[in-house]
This record gives sequence, structure tokens and C-alpha cells, in this order.
Amino acid sequence: MTAVPQEKRKPKRRDIVFPLVNGFILCVLMFITLFPVLNTVAISFNDGIDAVRGGIGLWPRVFSAEAYRTLLSDKLTYNAFGISVARTVITTLLNIFFTSMLAFALSRKEYILRKFITLAVVLTMYVNAGLIPNFLLIHRTLKLSKSFWVYIIPTMFSCFNMIVIRTYIIGLPDALVESARIDGANDLRIFWQIIFPLCTPVLATVALFVAVGSWNQWFDTQLYNGSKKYLHTLQYLLKMKLATSMNTTNAANTSVDALVNSGATKSTPVTVRCAITVVSALPILIVYPFLQRYFVTGMVLGGVKG
Amino acid sequence: MMIGASRKTAQRPLSSGKKLFRKLWAQKYLMLMSVPVLLYVMLFNYYPLWGWRYAFQNLDLSTIKKGAAWIGWGNFEWLFKEKLFWLGFRNTLAMSLINLVFGTTSSVLLAILLNEVNTRAFKRTVQTVTYLPHFLSMVIVVGMAQNMFVTDGPVNGILMKLGIVDAPVWWLGEGRYFWWLVGIINVWKEVGWNSIIYISTMASIDPTLYEAASIDGAGRFQRILNVTLPGIKSTFVVLLIMNIGHLMEAGFEIQYLLGNKQVYDFSQTLDIFVLEFGIQNNKYGRAIAAGMFKSVVGIILLFGANFVAKRLDEETLL
Repeated sequence: MTAVPQEKRKPKRRDIVFPLVNGFILCVLMFITLFPVLNTVAISFNDGIDAVRGGIGLWPRVFSAEAYRTLLSDKLTYNAFGISVARTVITTLLNIFFTSMLAFALSRKEYILRKFITLAVVLTMYVNAGLIPNFLLIHRTLKLSKSFWVYIIPTMFSCFNMIVIRTYIIGLPDALVESARIDGANDLRIFWQIIFPLCTPVLATVALFVAVGSWNQWFDTQLYNGSKKYLHTLQYLLKMKLATSMNTTNAANTSVDALVNSGATKSTPVTVRCAITVVSALPILIVYPFLQRYFVTGMVLGGVKG
Repeated sequence: MMIGASRKTAQRPLSSGKKLFRKLWAQKYLMLMSVPVLLYVMLFNYYPLWGWRYAFQNLDLSTIKKGAAWIGWGNFEWLFKEKLFWLGFRNTLAMSLINLVFGTTSSVLLAILLNEVNTRAFKRTVQTVTYLPHFLSMVIVVGMAQNMFVTDGPVNGILMKLGIVDAPVWWLGEGRYFWWLVGIINVWKEVGWNSIIYISTMASIDPTLYEAASIDGAGRFQRILNVTLPGIKSTFVVLLIMNIGHLMEAGFEIQYLLGNKQVYDFSQTLDIFVLEFGIQNNKYGRAIAAGMFKSVVGIILLFGANFVAKRLDEETLL
């Protein structure tokens, strides 16, 4: 009898130790994940000259909103924000529309061209002509460079998302389509009035991915619209700031004194760069918690069937 | 309508051509919805493949107007003698291998740790936090990495406090660190996201297996070793093989953004090679040859990996 509690105590102690260690490790992991983000926010609110000295942790050492003042006094910042919002919204709407439309057509088993179009579209996931042929198409053949539409037109459809949406539509009861057809609705109406509204959960997931992808894109700006200041996006502004600071941070830190002596501005490239980082990450940070429940289900759906 | 159609066919069988036409007409709206998208895909995904012919022409900015001449395998011969090309090839392979090893082990480890958490709220919090960097752009991530790794930044501060290094290390300016920095930053960005697939696989493991193992006297680590790990084995192997199919993709943005003159020998990848020769020097033919080489090797790896995955699926896994 006395042996029983002893036996029980041993695994019990382990059961306390392991969750504690595990929880500690995961807390450290969360800290490592969040630290660079919070550090960037802290630097962006720090006095510029003081920030060059380094060593800022989670809180600004000498508080100053000068970096944001510099940023917000520049008309190009607002312009870039507008371009970023516009490209994200338009791309997302068009992409969702065309992608789900094809997904519906390819979900209909009776459709004659179903197999052919599915194959043609799915193959594009494996075959990519590469940077230069795509550049020549967009720049030389279609002459889309130096225009806003270069952000929209090449990104109106995505194959992977089509498969995710199609899987979802196939999972809906067939009777929905059949009964609507008997009631005399054509395929356009069935898609737009019955299937499309029912797909809201999967469309929210896909829209999130498309929107984030479009918002985060900077390379197309560099390739096609680098010379057009009024077509720059927020991410591209940040990329340019990053490129200059990448070259200067490596050239030692002897410039602190020079900066202090010049004393003209209180914002430095480092703090301004961090301020742009915060501004360009803010929309994602705001939207993220609300959409989180959607994307995990969508990811599992796509991962299993895709 | 259905009745009318069937009566007609009963009276006089339609020719197959007419039947086909009737079917096509009935599906006109489906075609209206799909054919424009098909044409779009043809233009943006298949038409550029026709550009691969330039790999065999001496195309550059001066010849593009009046038409380039065919030069056979000239571009490829030049390519295979070019030192920068092989440098890019080496760096691409090295960094994608590091990403593969770091990325896979870290996400499996995170999934195991999360799987052992019993408090739902805590598990969700960890997941929400670790998924977050996946949604930040590479520009933002590299900017943050720069803040972390500058000589007087937090990483050097911590390492010096712990006594691991005596003097600040110049992480961003020395080539030998570059591959590993890319590996670490990629893990930071994607570990949570990549663990999703393993977590959902673990969630589908039959809980009675854990109970049975406990009754047999298995401790926590033995349960992880003998139930959890075998449970994710097939997912692990399939994902691993798929990733081998992507060995030519080391990513482009991170090397392009994080690289600088000092670390060029270690940061320049095949994609950067294509960009520098194609866009900046306008040597389209040569750059397309390099891109084509990369694509073809990638396709071979991908289909080879798919083939192996299917064979394994049939023989050893199921």
C-alpha cells in the first residue's frame, strides 16, 4: 500500500517539471519573435542622434516623434500609402473574382473543357519561364511599365488559390446547383447568387493571402516603376531606405560625432527607416488578429488537397 | 426542355457533331467564365516560355530592335565558363540546403512542443505570435534583422554579456556568416507557419495510442518518440522530398536585400545573377540562358522528387 503513493509521486513531479520547462521555452520563443518588432517600434520613437549610439531595447531611451514628423511632412509618403492601398484593394477584388469564377467552372463535372483547362492551369505551378522572359513580356510586349496597371494586370489570377476554392466548392452539396438549374437559373446566376456567397470563409482566407502578397510586394515597383516617383509603394520606399542604410551601417560608427556636431535634424536615416517599417507593417498588424481564424482553416484545406 | 430534347433524339438520332454543338451551347456560360481566364494564363504563363528561344540568340539592348542572331549554344558555353554563375549556383544550393535543414527541424520541434501544451489559451497565443512574421514583407524583416545584428546591436550585446564573444562581431559585413544569417532569419520568419502542417497532422493521431502507451508505462519522452514522431513520419518524408524539389529556390529577396559588397561572394545567388546580367546589363540572351538552366534543373528535381515520393508512398509508408 505504501508503495502506491511513492510510485505515483514520481511521474507527478515530472508532470509539473515538463510543462514548466516547455512553457518557458515557448515564452522565450515568443520573446524572440516579438523582440525585433518591438525594438523597431522603440527605435522609431527614439531621438535620431541618440539612436545611432545603439543599445536601444524595448523602450525608447530619448523619446522623440521627430522621425514620424519627417516622414509625414513628405508628400511622397502619403502618395506611396495611397498607391499601396489602391493596388492591394484592386488586386484583391479582381483576383478573387476571376479565381473563384474559374474555380466554379472547373468544379462542374459535366463541363466539357474541365480536364483540359485544369491541366493547363495546374501546369503553370510547375513551369515558370523566369524573370527575364516575364520582364520582356510586361515591359516590351505589353508596355505596362511606368503605369499603375503593372501592379494589377499580372496578378489577377492565382492557380493555387483556384485549387483551394474549387476544393471548397466541390465540398458543397450538389443539390444546390441542381435545384437552381431546375428553377431556371443559368450558370452565371448560380455562381454569383448561390456559390459565391456560400464561399465566404474560403474567399476570406484567399483574399488575405492575395492582399498580404500585394501589400508586401516591392520588386515590381523596382523593375517597372523605379523612375516614377508617384507610383512608388510604401514597401519600395522602405526598400530604398534599407539599401542606403545597408551601405552606411557597415562603414563603422564613427559618424556619431559628426551627426551630433551637425545637429541640424533630430531624425536620422535609421529612425526614419524604422518609422516607415512601422507604418508599412501597421495595416497587417491591425488586420492580422481578426483574420487569424480564417487562414488556419484555409491553410489546412489547401495543404491537404493541394 | 429535357423532355423535348429526349423526344427529338428518339425520333431521329442527332449526328455527333450536332450533339457536341448542343452540349457546347448548353455550357456557354461555363465557357464564358473559364475561357477568358485560360487566355490570361496562356498570355502570362505560357507565352513567356516562347522567350526561351532568346537563350540561343545574342539578344541584348543593341540587337533587340533589329532582331538578334541565332548563336546556338553560345550563351550556355559562356555561362558554364563564367565564374559568377558557378558562384551563384554554389550559394543557391548552400542556402537552400541550410534553409531545408534549419526550417524542417525547427518547425517539427515547435510542433512537438506545442503538441505537449495542454492549456488551450496558451497554445493559441504561442501560435498567433509565431505565425505573425510570416505576414511581414522581407523588406521589413531584413530591416529588423539589421537592427538586431549591427555591431552595436542587441545580438552582440547579449553574446558579450554571456561571454560567448569578447568583441562585437561584424555579422552583416563578413561573408562567412551570411549563409547562416539567412538561415536564422528564415527560421525566425517561417517557423510558426511551417509548423502548422505538423500540428494538424499530430492532431489527427489517434488519442488512444497515447493512452495505450501510458498504460504500458511510457513516459512523456517515450510517447513523443514512439507515438508522435511515427505519426508525422509520412508527412515529414513527403514534405522533405517536395522541398528537395525546390533546391534551386533559395529565395531571392532576402539575399538581394541583406547582401552588400563585402559579402557578395556569399550572397550572390542564381536569381541575382540573372537580375544583374539581364536587367542591369541588358544581356538578355545570357540571362535567359541562366534562368532556363535554373528552371530546367528545378523541373527535373521536382518531378524526380514527386516520383520518389509516390514510390515511397506506395511501398514503405502505406
